[in-house]
Amino acid sequence: MEITSIAPWILLLPFLMFIFLGLTAHKFSGQTSAKIGTTAFGIVAILCYYVAGRYFFGNFSVLDANGFEVFNKTGEIYNQITVFNWTWMQMTENLTIHIGFYLDPISAMMLVVIATVSLMVHIYSYGYMFEHGHFDEGMSRYYAVLSLFSFAMLGLVLATNIFQMYIFWELVGVSSFLLIGYYFFKPAAVSACKKAFIVTRFADMFFLIGILILSYHTQTFDFDQLNADNAKHVLDSFSITDGSRGITFLGFPLITIATFCIFLGGAGKSAMFPFHIWLPDAMEGPTPSSALIHAATMVVAGVFLVARLFPVYSFAAPEVLNAICYIGAFTALFAAIIAVAQTDIKRVLAFSTISQIAYMMVALGVARFGNHESELGFTASMMHLFTHAMFKAMLFLCCGCIIHCVESNEMSKMGGLKKYMPITYWCFLIGCLAIAGIPIFSGFYSKGEILTACLENGYTAIYVVMTLTAGLTAFYMFRLFFHIFHYEENPEYATSHHKPHDQGWQMTLPLIVFAVLTVGFVFLPGFNNAITATRTYMEMPTNWTVEGISIAVALLGIAIAFFLYYKKNEKPANIMAKCPALCEFVYNRMKIDEIWYGITRSFIFGVICKSIAWFDHNCIDGFMNLCAWITQKVSLETKDAQSGNVQQYVWVFIMGVVTIAFLALY
Amino acid sequence: MIPVQFYLVISTLLFFIGVFGFISRKNLIGLLMSIELILNAVNINFVAFNRYLFPNQIEGYIYSLFIIVVAAAETAVAIAIIMNVYRRMGNETVKSIKELKN
Repeated sequence: MEITSIAPWILLLPFLMFIFLGLTAHKFSGQTSAKIGTTAFGIVAILCYYVAGRYFFGNFSVLDANGFEVFNKTGEIYNQITVFNWTWMQMTENLTIHIGFYLDPISAMMLVVIATVSLMVHIYSYGYMFEHGHFDEGMSRYYAVLSLFSFAMLGLVLATNIFQMYIFWELVGVSSFLLIGYYFFKPAAVSACKKAFIVTRFADMFFLIGILILSYHTQTFDFDQLNADNAKHVLDSFSITDGSRGITFLGFPLITIATFCIFLGGAGKSAMFPFHIWLPDAMEGPTPSSALIHAATMVVAGVFLVARLFPVYSFAAPEVLNAICYIGAFTALFAAIIAVAQTDIKRVLAFSTISQIAYMMVALGVARFGNHESELGFTASMMHLFTHAMFKAMLFLCCGCIIHCVESNEMSKMGGLKKYMPITYWCFLIGCLAIAGIPIFSGFYSKGEILTACLENGYTAIYVVMTLTAGLTAFYMFRLFFHIFHYEENPEYATSHHKPHDQGWQMTLPLIVFAVLTVGFVFLPGFNNAITATRTYMEMPTNWTVEGISIAVALLGIAIAFFLYYKKNEKPANIMAKCPALCEFVYNRMKIDEIWYGITRSFIFGVICKSIAWFDHNCIDGFMNLCAWITQKVSLETKDAQSGNVQQYVWVFIMGVVTIAFLALY
Repeated sequence: MIPVQFYLVISTLLFFIGVFGFISRKNLIGLLMSIELILNAVNINFVAFNRYLFPNQIEGYIYSLFIIVVAAAETAVAIAIIMNVYRRMGNETVKSIKELKN
């Protein structure tokens, strides 16, 4: 099959499914919609695998805009291919917006990630939405929105230009909003979906500003042109040379402002500090959708964005990459500390997601074009994106199984579940080992490379912070694990006629698939063959000191968690009793939400909104009232002319005719 | 042949008598008669100009015939309205039909 003939269907099929399922939601039962949606996405997934497989291992060519044949590989270098590029909106001669399909190693890798996670979530949701012997009423709606999300996410990663990316960026935001607010009768879900939408939208405003500055100067949206020849076009447009930073604005180089604004958009979606506040609340949505959107795919959009524009960042704005890695390191540590104190199992995973995405950001931040050592961060980041998507989706899906049985998110309601749910237990354990960075499991390789990249590029402080975070990660994940599966069995289980148990095959199959991918990651073809900054084979250094320290720290974290939480004891309570204020502070997420609320109330509502409201009431309404008042006065004065006396009208008419005739003649 | 000015003088006089009557009469029947005068003034003009300017054509005659027919119909309707006004108000002066105003 030709790539050009399959490629459009990867985008069209999920979109058509969204429209179809959305329009037929009232006709079909939930199961029917689910089966149709899953089958259709199965086809999309096969197409994605086929395209990605052909790209990485096969050999094919497509015609570019000038009619030249472009192969997927020239020698050992993977090319960036535009499979198709439709004109969507032709604004002016120079300003055209395209919708296209862009294949390069990272977008091909994202195809695999999205196809796998989304398909597994489609299957899993079928079991998850079946509760107490009946299906959820909104299931058709749920599957329609899942299709919309898959469409938007695929469009985002395959974007040929930054504007297409922005459009799909907003679409994933909308579908995330719809899925968080899926249980719209729960006030918490409603406020969570509004919060997620407003916070990410606020960050997207910066993204748009960044796009506008960048494309105003470069006169193009195309990634191809922006990234080509070491971002030469960008350097020229902003007149950046070796000695000067180019055009400035308010004393800052304009390119720095533009690229930093674009990063802020990514920070909003990827929940970097201080925009992280929406992600923990987003856990109000159905758990499978959290696994898909808020763990594996949408939240890495920010990382993907920076990776997509990596040549621009690396050559034109290395100082922004520095900022990214410091923000990332702070977020990683900060989120890991908060995760330690959370009691809601999904919240723990949410903070762990924030922390792990920050790892990817850090890895990108320390990377630069140049040599193998400096480019390592890019590959490490993409590897971590892949491994994290798999094991975090699995952890979330395990949580879904547990919540399904226990019907609560609180750790205190769990404990001793090991003997009731063996499959979930083993999968969860594999996920925890992977995220902690224990050898054999996928997380070890990607995290090790990230730490190596930090150290080898001279970011020693960041390396120390990230290693510390790795230890904290191991600790809070195993705290969660022991709390759920060991600790003390909840006495209700034994007496309840609704004993916890492993779920049906729809829910266990995805867990097993992800577990296999997490354990078998070593057997996958090496990421360093293609997914590198230069898109060609790269030697991956293994620094055994770094690896050894990270394993030791992880084992230490696990040991402390084992010591404190394996069996019920008083030690955790005793430790917490020593510093109740600190525990309370961390449990309340370090009050960042309150600070945002304070800023919103006092500054946005108090200053901006109030003054605008005053202007509206007094100036705009005043002008309108004046118009109305004048009209009323004039009509009151002139209404006597309509007397009802026919002879008077005729008299006026004749005088009018005489006047006009007089004026016309002289 | 009588010059066209003679006809025009007659029709002008007739027209202004009609207008004056329309403005000054109090009686609705009087108003109706004034309108007839105005229409007849127009008819005279049509016929006269047709005779002097285009003797071989008959459009002017046709128009005046048409106006006579329309005037007859209009008079019939107007008389009906005036009779209704009289039944309702008890008189047929112009002042009495101001009620539509409110």
